[in-house]
Amino acid sequence: MPGALLSHDRPRSRRLAALLGVTLLALALAPFLFPGARALDVAARVLVFAVLVGSYDLLLGYTGLVSFAHAMFFGIGAYGVAIACNLSADPGWLDVAGGVAAALALSALLALAIGLLSLRVRALFFAMITMAVAVAFTTLVSQLSTLTGGEDGLSFSVPRAIRPSTDYLDDPLLGADVDGRFVAYYLLFVAAVLLLLLLLRIVDSPFGRVLQAIRENDFRAEAIGYRSVVYRSVASVVAALFATLAGALLALWLRYNSPDTSMSMEVMLNLLLILVIGGMGTIWGALVGSALFLLAQSYLQDLMKLAGAALGDVPVLGALLAPERWLLWMGLLFVLAVYHFPAGIVGQLRAAAARRRAGGPR
Amino acid sequence: MSAPLIELRGVHTRIGDYRILHGVDLAVPRGAVTMLLGRNGAGKTTTLRTIMGLWRAAAGELRFDGVSLAALDTPAIARLGIAYVPENMGIFATLTVRENLLLAARGARTLDELDTARLEWLFGLFPALRKFWLYPAGKLSGGQKQMLAIARAMIEPRRLLLIDEPSKGLAPAIVLKLIEALRELKRADATVLLVEQNFAMARALGDHVAVMDDGRVVHRGAMAELAADEALQRRLLGLSLGAHQ
Amino acid sequence: MNPTPAGAAVPAPGFDARPFALLAALALAALPLVGDAANWATLTLAGLAMGMIVFVIASGLTLVFGLMDVLNFGHGVFIAVGAFMATTVLGAMGGFVASPSLAANLGAVGAAALAGMLVAGAAGLLFERLLVRPVYGRHLKQILVTTGGMIVGGELIKLCWGPQMVALPLPPALAGVLLLPGEVTLERFRLLALLVGLLVLAGLLLVLNRTKLGLLIRAGVLDREMVEALGYPVRRLFVGVFAAGAALAGLGGVLWGLYQQSVTPQIGAQVNTLIFIVIIVGGLGSTLGCCVGALAVGLLANYAGFLAPKAALFSHIALMAAVLLWRPQGLYPVGAR
Repeated sequence: MPGALLSHDRPRSRRLAALLGVTLLALALAPFLFPGARALDVAARVLVFAVLVGSYDLLLGYTGLVSFAHAMFFGIGAYGVAIACNLSADPGWLDVAGGVAAALALSALLALAIGLLSLRVRALFFAMITMAVAVAFTTLVSQLSTLTGGEDGLSFSVPRAIRPSTDYLDDPLLGADVDGRFVAYYLLFVAAVLLLLLLLRIVDSPFGRVLQAIRENDFRAEAIGYRSVVYRSVASVVAALFATLAGALLALWLRYNSPDTSMSMEVMLNLLLILVIGGMGTIWGALVGSALFLLAQSYLQDLMKLAGAALGDVPVLGALLAPERWLLWMGLLFVLAVYHFPAGIVGQLRAAAARRRAGGPR
Repeated sequence: MSAPLIELRGVHTRIGDYRILHGVDLAVPRGAVTMLLGRNGAGKTTTLRTIMGLWRAAAGELRFDGVSLAALDTPAIARLGIAYVPENMGIFATLTVRENLLLAARGARTLDELDTARLEWLFGLFPALRKFWLYPAGKLSGGQKQMLAIARAMIEPRRLLLIDEPSKGLAPAIVLKLIEALRELKRADATVLLVEQNFAMARALGDHVAVMDDGRVVHRGAMAELAADEALQRRLLGLSLGAHQ
Repeated sequence: MNPTPAGAAVPAPGFDARPFALLAALALAALPLVGDAANWATLTLAGLAMGMIVFVIASGLTLVFGLMDVLNFGHGVFIAVGAFMATTVLGAMGGFVASPSLAANLGAVGAAALAGMLVAGAAGLLFERLLVRPVYGRHLKQILVTTGGMIVGGELIKLCWGPQMVALPLPPALAGVLLLPGEVTLERFRLLALLVGLLVLAGLLLVLNRTKLGLLIRAGVLDREMVEALGYPVRRLFVGVFAAGAALAGLGGVLWGLYQQSVTPQIGAQVNTLIFIVIIVGGLGSTLGCCVGALAVGLLANYAGFLAPKAALFSHIALMAAVLLWRPQGLYPVGAR
């Protein structure tokens, strides 16, 4: 049963399975284990990013397309919910559904256009063009300020069921306040798990295998046949749709959205970092990478502050360990990952396990 | 008999996962034209490219006048005095005929330093070069491009010329001109390793011959011998002199 | 130049000037839209000047791509380094900067430009050695690695100069506006940018077309393997071109910083999209194409900025789409000068 559920894409490494198990358990019980608002926020973001990076893995890891426009779809999903909820005085699930549907439609169209573009152009061209499109779109969103709130973004209320002010139980249950936030979190959890399982199903289907074959072929010869275009376009659209859904989830959680929150180049680069460090072409890497990255983003800076304080006045080292420089270390880790462990953390764990299995009884 | 100018022993070359050369033993004598014959896919082009360092030999020895080529990169190999005329001619299409020749003349550091005497000699062999001197080389006809490619290999004296299927796709009249030009090289005592499918051309120019099949050299000897033995020709090349013009 | 040998009957084919016609068409199309001739002339000159700065920045990128098929997503790092070096140097040369003398001002800016170019060039050498060299030919890894370089480079810049914006005011003799006949105005600094850009263009074209080194580069763009087979170490050549491209980006950064009169660590990322559009429009590997592309982008930015500011970025994408429909490989496909 577990095999079938995971679409036969087992972790293949006991350490990896353990890591994933712990992560999932922690996420499942987050409201009970980590009572603070900040911790819960990190957990929610991990869920959202796992789906988002997973969808990016479909595009980059499995289809081999480097696109810098992926965060754009994330943003479209978030704005779909944001605008729909903002336009209504008392937003309900129907508004949310409408917003999500509109966002999905827009994403599908844009993704199709971008996917078809990959017919005529080489990988480098494609990457450049997606970057230009993403920047243009972000600028457009900033400029349509009446609709989108411009640079400042939109704050909006969400359906009553998930509003923080909605209390379900007067007393905390096992340490957690059962309110709208609690429900929102579990909505995210269930949605994220379902979407991840769906992604696993897609990449392990015949469709997913064809994608990988096209990826290999293209890396070698960059020759594109007609059928490749169809598969890549479909993969583009599917990846975009998942990203859009992730964006919708984020908006429901944050009750706020702005270009910087969801569609900026910074978010895009973070996606890239997470995927490469976590492990391309694995889907699991998205979960591992997101957890690692978001934990680092929130807590590493505290650690670095401590370390920086300890090193005190040591000139260069002190500056290198300043908490704002955490991205520097992430970037270095990223570069190292590209060179030395292209399959990321997941790949390393799997390779180690494979070596141990091959080593066998000595 | 002097030592061969270039010697290959047990050379294996792989491209990706495909093994192309399965232990090539080849010795090219100095001052003569050695023909490298064989069916399509026998590994003739791969052998030339391996000598040039464009593809790395996975195993075996390559020696040029005693110097091992294994550790050298392509520019270093070329600087030993080896000129390479690839199958696709390697003409720089948007550069002029003049610029193409200038590139090949390593000794000419500035645009004015081309050896005019040598240039006149080349113009004598290949009149089209003079005519199209300032024209983009890509606009020349196939035959003219081939002439340019060979002229590039001759603009400065070279110790070894590797030429890959020069007659490919050319009209018989042009091929005759080509043979004439290459005869000039022979007269200059150049050492040439020439890959050719055109047996008539091979017979006209070759002193020695090596026949390849399936990534190995399966026959070596004097050209005259092979030319006289039709049965051997049929066995090695699947043709006889009379059938293939 | 070697005299043409006697009997050379066929003359060299003429120069393809149609892309320049595109520029003229663009400018002329804007005239009725702007309405006022003086205004139009001002915008046109401003656009050409901006275009020249973009050209200086992008020139290195297109050559590097043409020669070695390497697209450096971290090119913005060199721009930022140049711009920040300018803030440091001009900060240190307070006297020269404050002086009303043109010579002193030019001296300061010149020193800043030199410093910017040197440091950016050095950064380029490091970049090539550490990041690019190990991934030649592997495009996916190249994109990832150079993006990583962009992130790390950006952080290192913040480390050296801080994350906030630094003002870069123009020295007095270079600030302000020149009044040209017909009520046309041209900012002094833009004139300088135009001149510098023309110098760079002339220098590049000279090296590319009149020297053997340039010949090697042009041939390498066409067929790298054949150039190696002719005995030239193209790899070494490439390192030099990469560093030169970085230095040019640094120079462009100095100019851009002065143009904006401020420098932030994002200065490189800001122009990234623009320079990608420029080199695609111009034709990857073509210096002249890069120049025409950059001028087109500059003109468009200024006309759009005047006529419809919100449409500015889209105008560039529209330009890119239009040019690619006309010539899918860019204005001057690879190999042309």
